[in-house]
Amino acid sequence: MELVHKNLPALIVVLPLCMGLITSIIGRRGLGWWLAMGTTSAVLAMSVQLLVNVLESGTQTVTYVMGSWPVPFGIGYVVDPLNAAVLLIVSMIATVVTLYARKSIASEIDPRRLHFFYALWLFCMTGLLGITITGDAFNLYVLLEISSLSTYTLVALGRNRNRRALTAAINYLVLGSIGANFYLLGIAYLYQVTGSLNIADIHHILTTQVFPTWSTDAPMYRTTVFVGFALMAVGLSLKLALFPLHGWLPNAYTYAPSSVSALLASTATKVGAYAFIRVLFTLVGVNFAFKLLHTDTVLMISAGAAILMGSWLAFRQTNIKKLLAYSSIGQIGYITLGFALGNVNGLTASVIHLFNHALTKGGMFMALGIVAYRTGHTRLQDLQGLGRKLPFTMAAFTAGGLGLIGVPLTAGFVSKWYLVSACFEQGRYEMAAIVLVGSLIALLYTWKVVEAIYFGKRPEDAPAIKEAPITMLVPTLLLAGASIYFGIDASTSSRIATAAAKFLLGVGP
Amino acid sequence: MQMTDFPPALILLAGALLIPAAKGRLRWILAFALPVLALADAWQVITVGAESHVPFLGMTLNPVHVHPATPVFATVFAIMVLGGVLYAFNQKREHELPAACVYAGGALGVLFSGDLVSMFIFWEVMTLGSTVLIWSGKRDDSQGAGLRYFGMHAAGGVMLLMGIIIVVSQRVQAGDPDPLAFRHFESMITLWSTLGWDSAGMWLILLGMLVNAGAPPFSSWIPDSYPQGSPSGTVILSAFTTKTAVFTLMTAFAGVEVVIYFGLYMAIYGVVYGILENDIRRLLSYSLVNQVGFMLVGIGIGTHLSIDGAAGHAFAHIIYKALLFMATGSVLWATGRSKMNQLGGLYRTMPITMWCLIIGGLSISGFPLTSGFTSKSMVVQAITDEAARMAALGQSHTYLIITWILFEAATAGVFIDACVKLTWFVFFQKDSGLRPPEVPWNMRAAMIGFAAICVFLGIFPGPLYAILPYQGEAAEYAKVVYSVDHVMLMLGMLLFAGLSFFVLLPLLKRTETITLDIDWIWRRFIPKFWHDVATPLLESLDRAQKTVLEWLPSRATEEGALPVQVRRRLPGTWAVSVPVLVIVLMLLTYLVVYFWLLPRGGA
Repeated sequence: MELVHKNLPALIVVLPLCMGLITSIIGRRGLGWWLAMGTTSAVLAMSVQLLVNVLESGTQTVTYVMGSWPVPFGIGYVVDPLNAAVLLIVSMIATVVTLYARKSIASEIDPRRLHFFYALWLFCMTGLLGITITGDAFNLYVLLEISSLSTYTLVALGRNRNRRALTAAINYLVLGSIGANFYLLGIAYLYQVTGSLNIADIHHILTTQVFPTWSTDAPMYRTTVFVGFALMAVGLSLKLALFPLHGWLPNAYTYAPSSVSALLASTATKVGAYAFIRVLFTLVGVNFAFKLLHTDTVLMISAGAAILMGSWLAFRQTNIKKLLAYSSIGQIGYITLGFALGNVNGLTASVIHLFNHALTKGGMFMALGIVAYRTGHTRLQDLQGLGRKLPFTMAAFTAGGLGLIGVPLTAGFVSKWYLVSACFEQGRYEMAAIVLVGSLIALLYTWKVVEAIYFGKRPEDAPAIKEAPITMLVPTLLLAGASIYFGIDASTSSRIATAAAKFLLGVGP
Repeated sequence: MQMTDFPPALILLAGALLIPAAKGRLRWILAFALPVLALADAWQVITVGAESHVPFLGMTLNPVHVHPATPVFATVFAIMVLGGVLYAFNQKREHELPAACVYAGGALGVLFSGDLVSMFIFWEVMTLGSTVLIWSGKRDDSQGAGLRYFGMHAAGGVMLLMGIIIVVSQRVQAGDPDPLAFRHFESMITLWSTLGWDSAGMWLILLGMLVNAGAPPFSSWIPDSYPQGSPSGTVILSAFTTKTAVFTLMTAFAGVEVVIYFGLYMAIYGVVYGILENDIRRLLSYSLVNQVGFMLVGIGIGTHLSIDGAAGHAFAHIIYKALLFMATGSVLWATGRSKMNQLGGLYRTMPITMWCLIIGGLSISGFPLTSGFTSKSMVVQAITDEAARMAALGQSHTYLIITWILFEAATAGVFIDACVKLTWFVFFQKDSGLRPPEVPWNMRAAMIGFAAICVFLGIFPGPLYAILPYQGEAAEYAKVVYSVDHVMLMLGMLLFAGLSFFVLLPLLKRTETITLDIDWIWRRFIPKFWHDVATPLLESLDRAQKTVLEWLPSRATEEGALPVQVRRRLPGTWAVSVPVLVIVLMLLTYLVVYFWLLPRGGA
């Protein structure tokens, strides 16, 4: 037990990796799901333990060196309040969605290949968890590719229901690879200047050796560093699907299998956002990135456009899965706006919205997955009158919709409260107005769906359907319930988020 | 949380969960017991003066707090729920009772909110409850009206929330020890000195509250949505939204001059549109706007007596307006009609309903010996007192004199509207041939009970005066309320108004008409404009753009010579080329920003 405890940061990544390999070999005949379920639950337990360790430790960080090679020579894993929180989000959502996936995925792909699905599922988790926990910029790239490659395949698995999944996946592959390569190129540029790949070490070298001289003595360095940052920013914006680099997201989310959509929507972009926050605040440093380079201006414009355009495009969709995908683009705008503001409240809003939106959108995608499971489609006309047929599922969907609007007593309200206060604190009244306009548009698109669900009439000749199977319903209700619970009692989530924000800005606990 | 500071709102909100679960008799026992329990709890909290502190997002909320105007509003809200439940007793509408509980619970919650955040939360709860209540009316246009209602209140809620956030962050910056407190905005009293960015928060809060009060240009939601409720639903609807807004305005913006003008506009607007109206329940909705206008005038004057008058008038108004809606609802229930030109001669078979309508009508016109007289005359007295005080100080008081004249004119107008006209066209005029039976016992009991309250408070206003915000002031006034000049002025005015009605009767005969209101702008004009003007305009622009972007370049290449069908269309979301182009542009943007926006001269 002591051994496990000591190697927790490594195990959280290595366990799903090894289990993924094992699953691909022996995971036939339903065993694959059991292996995946066991692994995700174990990872969830470990991430809870890690979060507790971090919050209790005096320095608020837990460092782990791979193979005892000291950093910056070896790869170091660093856990602080921010990534401990993100680890928890990823592992929690993964556990709940795995529970849900069993029935859902069995109806969507060839049963003989189920074990490959679960293997990919675990590899995807490995990547997401690894990106979150690693303290090494290059290692981050490797893990980014692990998660991305498995994600492309997972999206393509939606082909049995709709062949477009293949096109969506190849599209995602091209753009995702460009993004990853931009990031890699950025790292290479910085490596040229600093000679280091460790995030903390790069920051140290930049602030102590490069920055003091950058304007006068070292014009060469200046160009290299700037271009490196620009490449990294664009690459990560792509991974995060930040407007206008969101092109891959709507189709990928729409045509992927239901449980894959739920997992990706609530974890993949969140991890992308985390990586961006990490690069801005830990690697580059907020003073350099915002005060000198005005990255925040670009980010804020992107975020504002994401909120307005994402929500508006969502309103115009008739395929509800696509509607949710576009709404995710808008929500990514809120998250980006939060960290672009660069103050404690803004970062808190970002971190808490990572969590709240994961719950909300995950629950909604799962509810929609049930609709697809029962009716075979997710178009608006297929949801007509389902309020009576699938009362629990639709209640969960509605709860999520209220969260997207930011109605009080839902988790979405808590995020928006922090976000709008942060806007006012920085004197960014126009951004606060955009947030509120975005909420109004969210009201419109949620309303459109809710009206169909509760006031629409199901066609007379439609086949009879019954409520979802229990193993799909319980996880859905769990996430929907959690999104309400964390709206009423936000003390835990806001405490963790505030701790993470304060840690990043270095203003003490 | 001990029993002494249990929020009364939660009792009703719990009811919304319990009532759907309960069946048969238990359902009604609950429906009657909950408002009684809530009233008992409210008074318990009021007498103890309890406070409660709930941590939320690092702030401390205070959902149990007693404002000066809380007792009178809480009392009448609880009475109102009881009366509404009694009136609805024979109606089988699944969603109506729970929705009414949510609605009234939200309203009660606002009354006891000690901070702006809980106020806002209960405010939104109220919006949700009332929207469902309108939908459950299931009349022709209930769904559309509910949707418009919800949109209007959601927009008002956004203004309110934005205002609250600005005010709270300003208070935090100013080092206020209790930044969230829901209290009077002293700095808003004079209008023109506070038009600036620093008061934007307070203005937004004021606007958000005015939306709920039905102030211009948002008045039309009341006549649009209330007539779409069921007979019993509309009775409940008439009581809470506008009066909660009156309460919050009274608490936060008493004495703010601009509120007077909003109030006057509403008082006149309600009368004018009421005279033109044919639908009995729409007519009452317009007179509701008129009455809330009177209360807003009282709030805007801001003396102790005028605040008392406004609060007392709110109490009296809730009772008689509910009575009027019950009576008209009974007519609708019995005949299925609500247009005046289709009704008439009902006095033969519905005498109890008729007498209740007359008592309600006399009360709304402020006839002596009814509750309207004892409450509204207080506001009138406050206007003249204030005018006299300012005259003595040598200050300009013309606006108060104009206020007084318009106020009395509107009073006369409402007598014509809601009393004489309504009774005449529904129960007398021609014989429509309808012989509906009197309504069931529970509807009659509710009406008679509320009529009794109207008369009781007209003769013995003491118990009402005793729970007003400034009881001392009101007790003084009680001595002069039935002075000869008050009574004579009122009687003379009302008799003259009644006479003029019958003289002008040929002009007032109602036909099938629809009255245009400001809401025409957003219900007809804007969609029409969009469809007939803006869309063609945009389309023509689109064509120009296409010419520049597609046709010209295509002419320049060899491909341009190909037939149109062969040319490739602009790629949609499926192509990779456009996103890649965007990626390159983003990279360029970053580089431009990094290299050109950099402050010169180094770190």
